[in-house]
Amino acid sequence: MLDSETNSATIADPKVVCRDVSVSYSGKQALFDIDLDIGSHQVTSLIGPSGCGKSTFLRCMNRMNDVIDGCVVTGSISVDGVEILDDEIDAVQLRRRVGMVFQKPNPFPKSIYDNIAYGPRIHGLVRGKDELDEVVQTSLERAGLWEEVKDRLLQPGTGLSGGQQQRLCIARAIAVRPDVILMDEPCSALDPIATARVEELIDELKRSYSIVIVTHSMQQAARVSQRTAFFHLGIVVEVGETEQIFTNPRDERTQGYITGRYG
Amino acid sequence: MTDREQSTGIAVDSAEVKHARKRYRAERRFRMYGVAAIAAAAGMLALLVISIVATGWTAFYQHSIALDVTFEAKVIDPKGGRDPSVLARADYRKLARASLRKLFPDVKKRGDKRKLYGLLSIGVDQQLAELVAADPSLIGQTRRVEIYASDDVDSFLKGFIDREAPESDRRIKDKEIAWLDKLETDGAITSHLNLRFWTKGDSREPELAGFWGAMVGSFFTLLVTLALSFPVGVLAATYLEEFAPKNRWTDIIEVNINNLAAVPSIVFGLLGLAVFLNFFGLPRSAPLVGGMVLALMTLPTIIIASRSALKAVPPSIREAAFGVGASELQVVTHHVVPLALPGILTGAIIGMARALGETAPLLMIGMVAFIVDIPGSVTDPATVMPVQIYLWADSPERAFVARTSAGVMALLGFLMLMNALAVILRKRFERRW
Ligand SMILES: Nc1ncnc2c1ncn2[C@@H]1O[C@H](COP(=O)(O)OP(=O)(O)O)[C@@H](O)[C@H]1O
Ligand SMILES: [Mg+2]
Repeated sequence: MLDSETNSATIADPKVVCRDVSVSYSGKQALFDIDLDIGSHQVTSLIGPSGCGKSTFLRCMNRMNDVIDGCVVTGSISVDGVEILDDEIDAVQLRRRVGMVFQKPNPFPKSIYDNIAYGPRIHGLVRGKDELDEVVQTSLERAGLWEEVKDRLLQPGTGLSGGQQQRLCIARAIAVRPDVILMDEPCSALDPIATARVEELIDELKRSYSIVIVTHSMQQAARVSQRTAFFHLGIVVEVGETEQIFTNPRDERTQGYITGRYG
Repeated sequence: MTDREQSTGIAVDSAEVKHARKRYRAERRFRMYGVAAIAAAAGMLALLVISIVATGWTAFYQHSIALDVTFEAKVIDPKGGRDPSVLARADYRKLARASLRKLFPDVKKRGDKRKLYGLLSIGVDQQLAELVAADPSLIGQTRRVEIYASDDVDSFLKGFIDREAPESDRRIKDKEIAWLDKLETDGAITSHLNLRFWTKGDSREPELAGFWGAMVGSFFTLLVTLALSFPVGVLAATYLEEFAPKNRWTDIIEVNINNLAAVPSIVFGLLGLAVFLNFFGLPRSAPLVGGMVLALMTLPTIIIASRSALKAVPPSIREAAFGVGASELQVVTHHVVPLALPGILTGAIIGMARALGETAPLLMIGMVAFIVDIPGSVTDPATVMPVQIYLWADSPERAFVARTSAGVMALLGFLMLMNALAVILRKRFERRW
């Protein structure tokens, strides 16, 4: 499906390489032969109208679709050269390396500390309480939340504001030291100020992680991402440098979407 | 009125006003029906509670007759060996009768004497035997002992027998009234809390009958029920809800569980009789079998309640846990089940409360036997609270009427306790996400 004229799906130093990825839910196909590379240490944004398969694609990369009955994923996805759709690959291990942040902030109904500590604990990443304390602190610091919550670590994470909860979820995702972070519309439930903080955070995090973000906001995609892929009806219509997609789209459907003709 | 409406700037035409009035009337009427319905329900409940308390409260105290009993050595222990088995088998009734005769030397005729002795409960020998067993040095001494009055005397003293009624209609005759009046003026009639009710097993004699045996029986039975139905129910629900593939088989299982919840309880009793008693040969009348039967009955309730509690855990929590790399089992045991636990426990408690009040299936497996001893384990013959109530309600003696109601009060007390626990759990752990 590579159309070299309109697509630059392949890049030089990819973190994740997706080829011919198709997904169907109980026989109903939702994604058609997706080819897409995710670059290292940069932000890739996925845009497109609702129901075009952005979330579905995102969930392929950490095999979250495994837990959906009737969902079948075919094709090839490799992370750092390792084929992850292989049955040999343990989805649980994969999800440690490919973390996820969801649309609606979903902290565990536990303390702030336990929210962060849960991942490292179940993966056995830390030895002893001191090390765990340190992981919790650095994760919260990286998520820009430490100053706000350091005095209330034992209070429930659900008691934070929406924006703080989402940053807590980001901290929870980075606590297991992933390589890739998938974010599915992470700001759609947040107010503009909280959104700005999360965007800053994403910009910060791309130095350490490869990030894929689904967003409905063109401005957000333009602000935070280096590469953008436009999805439509289960295919990638166009992918390229964010700058190029927004200033000089090659496909008229992309043009129509970013200028607000549909979506 | 029109002025005011005009001044607020709302234009009104009369048809609109009429329509609005009609709506308000309908609303008022609807509220009235609601209030009336609640009042009717509350009234009936109050009637029930009042009638039970009114008939039952007298069972909580009891009369005794204080007598100076001489513990004669030649009656109790003629050989002087102080052998406990000899002491236990002695004819203590003779001693009590001797004291009565001393009080009423004029009573000579055999029939009258029998009536006189009949003032005392036939539990008197047991009562005196217990005293001597506890303190053998009593032998040879004279002590004032409060001996339980017979159930008829107790009823008379509680005012249930009208002394003005014609003698032939009374279970307490004129002579007995005269004796009791004398005892009363001597200050020999005492009334006290009925501790036997809370500490003893059943008896043919109402004044000796206690509810404790049934309470212990219910405890053992529910213990077995809980131990079987809770883990099995929660595991079944968790498996069906979280792990099982959704296909025709699981659909069939689901439908059958729902059907099972609607099966009349006596059917489970028949099943228990056929399978547990006749096929496996487990002991009759035992809390073990009762608990197993009630577990079968409670299982669907617990499964259904647990499944809906598990369903109510938001998918976002599952996603969050999967997202950080928890395995399926970890998602369920670390997150979903703990969050569903209040709902699961509420369901279990309500199922237990139903099992506690269940009578019919237990009749089928012989827990309706007359059992005096307090059960010491789940295999001892026992009865349970509702069956004890049923047995007492079936007894002709006047004094059992009050004990029946007292038993009902005890049972209702336990039920309310359990339901309160369920409410507290629900309130405490309500929606934490
Ligand atoms: N769990 C699911 N079961 C069945 N169909 C699904 C499921 N999730 C998504 N779909 C379908 O897949 C298509 C793509 O959905 P999704 O990936 O959520 O789109 P987007 O995130 O771009 O809005 C939609 O047609 C949707 O109906
Ligand atoms: Mg989506």
